[in-house]
Amino acid sequence: MQDLLYFIQQLINGLTIGSTYALIAIGYTMVYGIIGMINFAHGEIYMIGAYTSLIAITGLAALGIAWLPLVLIVALICAMIVSSSMGWAVERVAYRPVRGKHRLIPLISAIGMSIFLQNYVHLAQGSRNIGFPDLIEGGFRFGAADSFQTSISYIQITIFITTLVCMTILSLFISRSRIGRACRAVSQDLGMANLLGIDTNRIISATFVIGAALAAVAGLLLGMYYGSIDPLFGFIAGLKAFTAAVLGGIGSIPGAMLGGLILGVAESMTSGYLSGEYKDVVSFGLLILILLFKPTGLLGKPEVEKI
Amino acid sequence: MAAHNLKHALFCAIVTLVISYPILGFNLESQGTSVILEGAKTSTVIGVLLAAVIVFLFQLFRDNVMGSLRQLPAVNPLANRKPMEQSRRLKLESALLTLMVIGALIWPFIASRGAVDLATLVLIYIMLALGLNVVVGLAGLLDLGYVAFYAVGAYTFALLSQYYGVSFWFALPIGALLAALFGLVLGFPVLRLRGDYLAIVTLGFGEIIRILLNNMTSLTGGPNGIGGIPDPTLFGMEFGRRVKEEGNTSFHETFGIAYSSEHKVIFLYLIALVLAVITAIAIRRLMRMPVGRAWEALREDEIAAKSLGLSRTAVKLSAFTIGAFFAGFAGTVFASKQGFISPESFVFLESAIILAIVVLGGMGSQMGVILAAIAVTILPELAREFSEYRMLIFGAAMVLMMVWRPQGLMPMRRIHIELKPQE
Repeated sequence: MQDLLYFIQQLINGLTIGSTYALIAIGYTMVYGIIGMINFAHGEIYMIGAYTSLIAITGLAALGIAWLPLVLIVALICAMIVSSSMGWAVERVAYRPVRGKHRLIPLISAIGMSIFLQNYVHLAQGSRNIGFPDLIEGGFRFGAADSFQTSISYIQITIFITTLVCMTILSLFISRSRIGRACRAVSQDLGMANLLGIDTNRIISATFVIGAALAAVAGLLLGMYYGSIDPLFGFIAGLKAFTAAVLGGIGSIPGAMLGGLILGVAESMTSGYLSGEYKDVVSFGLLILILLFKPTGLLGKPEVEKI
Repeated sequence: MAAHNLKHALFCAIVTLVISYPILGFNLESQGTSVILEGAKTSTVIGVLLAAVIVFLFQLFRDNVMGSLRQLPAVNPLANRKPMEQSRRLKLESALLTLMVIGALIWPFIASRGAVDLATLVLIYIMLALGLNVVVGLAGLLDLGYVAFYAVGAYTFALLSQYYGVSFWFALPIGALLAALFGLVLGFPVLRLRGDYLAIVTLGFGEIIRILLNNMTSLTGGPNGIGGIPDPTLFGMEFGRRVKEEGNTSFHETFGIAYSSEHKVIFLYLIALVLAVITAIAIRRLMRMPVGRAWEALREDEIAAKSLGLSRTAVKLSAFTIGAFFAGFAGTVFASKQGFISPESFVFLESAIILAIVVLGGMGSQMGVILAAIAVTILPELAREFSEYRMLIFGAAMVLMMVWRPQGLMPMRRIHIELKPQE
């Protein structure tokens, strides 16, 4: 019974982290699906989202507004606006001029952008980690009072619900809306979509904006969950999310969701049963194994090489 | 047209404000357990507003500005210059290289101790960049975990000297070979992957090595690192004031000169110089050998190279292994120079810096890479008052370089035969 409760606890923790990975992974997977590049600066956009939401929360507290739903929604909207603008600007400045050149060139430009953004926040906000206030406290507990208890905190529930809502909106947006349809068309064949009158530049910008907005949501959620943020915390999270995207099959949105959840569970199982220090080793090891044995990922389509 | 421009300019200005004002205009300050918000200095706010205005004006008059820029006649006097003749260029290049090596030989005897120390670091970066140049520049394989091989070289020497008392000269080939072995073992499975997947896998590998070094505390000392790494000896002569190991003599006593701590620094510098020259020459020869041609062929067109009978795995693997080998070389020198190593020195940023050197210099071009390594290492030292902004400028430079001059400062020129028109 004890063991089962412990296992369930790890599962819950894993799913919590995993669902936020999935949110970030969508940004990678959509961009890769359309222009075939790894947006290395995406982790930094997520980090900027976390900073902006913290700034908004502190600002509201200073103004004396403490009604929790309002604070959360305002913080979320601020973070989404700033991150989306950042995503748009990054694409415009660093990626559009190098689009269509040799594969390595956009990638190196993206690495440069990632270093730039990291140091931008570092210079503006300092390198120390800053505590995120505990906005949502408490939770449910299961199990006997004198032994191990499985707990689900309210913040974990918030994360689940928010992620679920975001994913549903995204799925509806992609399948129903005009821009969503254009996105799918562009990801299938950019040149053809262009010929058929779709403003591909605009769609590519839209992809970056959508990805950045979801990353900002993840920034707020993970900031609250971990309780502190610093300018470097986007880098590792970005790598993890990219791993998740590859795991699920890059270019596929349901794949990113699945990959995020699997990765989160694998990580929390490692820290629960082995040691927390090796969880990064396990996730990168998982990435290498996936790429070796199924390079298309779990839900990805095989890529046909045209000569 | 004007209305459209105005709308676009306004949008760009607003975006500039949105992405800069919240982050720059408010500072989060920790006070005990709580966080408070402070407004930034007025100068920062004015700077942000000014940036938005500049973006607005530039976007508004974009067509005019770009148009008049294009019409400026021959701003660049080199634009119409004919490329130098191949034989002359080669001669000039080798003359320049010889001059650089001679200058580098004289350097330690005229410069201060700090300058020699810095020059040693420059040479280490030259070795690393030349090694990575084989992988990225010649073979076209983007390796973002190059620093892992550097770490393998450094830790090999540190561990061997700590546990078995192995000296620098023994550890040098062992470190390099072990790094090459790591390259081979990692490369074997992953080189089947396409370009950007390869980049991520190597990045993951680099992180795994660093995390392992950090966590295997009993073996590597974890984050505390390993200290007391011995200095290299010259035919059994040590450079310390007192001889540490039995059977060795000390350098200053043998030659009957006064002890000076500078001897050691200069000696290390000369070792690094010799190794850097060996690296440069070895790679230069390799480039002209069939394997070097195969690297480039594979980079240019994989399918065509395969159809001509090149084994993709073997060619890529050779580039990867040779690149790792030279990283191991550099790592051993680095460990011996610092006397202390910890996983802190082998973070992803280090890989990014080496990559930036290769890109800045011009992928594949040895001369360019050497000059870029010198520039990237020395410029931050010269501009110490900007040290805060160092990485910011560095990141921006990488992006700008890719946008404006992706082929690098001194792009590689292949040796070729020119056909003269028939008379």
